[in-house]
Amino acid sequence: MTTNTAGSSEPDAISAESSSASGAATASANVGGLISRVRGLLGSDLGQLPVFIGLVLIAIYFQIAGGGFFLTPQNLTNLVQQIITIAIVALGAVLVLLIGEIDLSLAAVASLCGAFMGVLSARQGWPAWAAILAAIVAGLLIGAINGFFISVLRMPSFIVTLAALIFYQGLLLLVLYPQTTLPIRDDAINRIAVTYMPEYLGIGIPIALVVIYALSLVISRAARQRAGLPVMTVGQLAFRIGLVAAIVVAVLVFFDNYLGVPLVALILLGLLIIFWLITTRTRFGRHVYAVGGNTEAARRAGIRVVGLRIMIFSLAAMLAAIGGILLASRQVSAASAVDQTLLLSAIAAAVIGGVSLFGGRGSVWAVVLGSLVVGSLENGLDLIGQSTAVKNMVEGVVLLLAVLVDALTRRRNATGLR
Amino acid sequence: MTEGSVPVPAQPSPNPGAKPTRAGEPVLRMTGISKAFGAVQALQNVDFEVYAGEVVGLVGDNGAGKSTLVKAISGVNPPDTGEIFVGGRRVTISQPQDATRWGIETVYQDLALSDNLDVVANMYLGREDITPLGLDETKMEVETLRVLKQLDVKTLKSVRTPVAQLSGGQRQSIAVARTILRNPRVVLLDEPTAALGVAQTKQVLNLIRALREQGLGVVVISHNLADIFEVVDRVIVMRLGRRVATFDIHETTPEQVVGAITGAEFGAAAAEQ
Repeated sequence: MTTNTAGSSEPDAISAESSSASGAATASANVGGLISRVRGLLGSDLGQLPVFIGLVLIAIYFQIAGGGFFLTPQNLTNLVQQIITIAIVALGAVLVLLIGEIDLSLAAVASLCGAFMGVLSARQGWPAWAAILAAIVAGLLIGAINGFFISVLRMPSFIVTLAALIFYQGLLLLVLYPQTTLPIRDDAINRIAVTYMPEYLGIGIPIALVVIYALSLVISRAARQRAGLPVMTVGQLAFRIGLVAAIVVAVLVFFDNYLGVPLVALILLGLLIIFWLITTRTRFGRHVYAVGGNTEAARRAGIRVVGLRIMIFSLAAMLAAIGGILLASRQVSAASAVDQTLLLSAIAAAVIGGVSLFGGRGSVWAVVLGSLVVGSLENGLDLIGQSTAVKNMVEGVVLLLAVLVDALTRRRNATGLR
Repeated sequence: MTEGSVPVPAQPSPNPGAKPTRAGEPVLRMTGISKAFGAVQALQNVDFEVYAGEVVGLVGDNGAGKSTLVKAISGVNPPDTGEIFVGGRRVTISQPQDATRWGIETVYQDLALSDNLDVVANMYLGREDITPLGLDETKMEVETLRVLKQLDVKTLKSVRTPVAQLSGGQRQSIAVARTILRNPRVVLLDEPTAALGVAQTKQVLNLIRALREQGLGVVVISHNLADIFEVVDRVIVMRLGRRVATFDIHETTPEQVVGAITGAEFGAAAAEQ
């Protein structure tokens, strides 16, 4: 993608570093050149090679340690079901991180909006669609309130969303009172999490999307060629389309060998594509990256930063609400306790996927690899019978490593060629 | 508007025949601009004007009010009192968008580029071209290449490079070139050559000349009198929030300008409004 330039700075920096090394390092220069070339091929939207390698290693380890069960279609389907909420909340976290802020209230908002939907459905008798819509709107409003304090009143997002986290934990208890767990009886809600698509949709939709993606690449390449701009070679084009197609086909084969493509996976895919297009193809998205990169520059360029921040916090909380709705659907109930690990898992997923905590760098696709890593660790450690204690410790270390990589990348970029 | 209604400060050496081309209405004129930050009077009843096809140097010591004046023009920090005229028309500039609307573009000292975005994205920041299908990347890239060529900026390898990877001179060139895309009438440059090497400074000064050749009014703030004398037509000196002197660059010396900046010599007494 030529549009998403944020995060695409690695290839040149790497080759520059390795070529400036002394003669003894010729071999490593070759390796650096190779990595740089591979990354160039992958492009910034897919250029998460180290994380992908890490994920493969994790999978191999659990495949061996777990007695060959980890990589079965059944377990992978289960894994996807487990990470849907993490991934959707992480998508919200990505938006907030892109403008250089943080939202600690996402998990609480998810639980609250799930419970809100549950109460409307189970106690007020609202139809499923109305309860779901109300919960999503509630998420938007909650985010707008966060955004108001952060953007208009200029309070630090860390404190505002920490206060929101505590407040909404309390509100959640109040909403569900006197129950601590509210069973959801509406079949339409409960079925969302366990619906598998018929083959013509489950396979047809993703294949159609790949075709559209390929066509858009070809068309935009032709347009650039007509305008006399540099274009990628046919080989690069074929490689990129082939890679995306291969990934999609591999995933579809796995799903198809069990119950089919889960509805929630298509929901996640839909949200990812929508927010990918928003962040890379619209003025709003361009401004999001600009604000994350240099807020003052964005302001002076005439970008309305205050409104943009409110919008981002609203969208993030809306995504959290959607995550919470799917969580409630999966659990067939709404719980009064906020899932404590959801927030950190979501932020970890975003950062592991290459979204910078310092703003302006990363892609929404980060949540796919990121939540797969986080989810695989949890799922795999469960498989080999490890306790919550070990799971928490491993996840903490992984989050720390991801932030370390982020900090090092930022330092390298800052001391770049200037 | 005639010269009679424009309170132009007295010149140190009266030159009746100087600058016949400067007659008529300035492209940008400000009168009676004042701005206070708490008890500090940063600008005191300042008049300012720049004509089309002219480069004006705005000089003064630290705290003289140069940057405050530029921020007043660019809408970043609107003045408390005073009037602004663009092409003879009275305008109000209370935010950066207003300045843009009236054709006033500013290149800031701290560059105001987004490091994480590429050259094209920075050039079009805040005014991206769109099609029904989203950002018109092809058009923006073509236009970027055209403007860079027009301004003779040649050292860039690719306009899809994030600006974090560019040199200081390249970054400054992008910041200047960006203003051209908006078809401005006035371009303000705040310390355009600060922190640049010799070759890079030359590149930026050439850019400034290119802007003048396109008939724009150009205002250059600088500490560097060598640069000022190389590129400007007229020097306006500020001291302690006031405009204290105006010089025609061809009829003055750096010593005279320094005298006015420091208030040490005749400059202060002779040129005080």
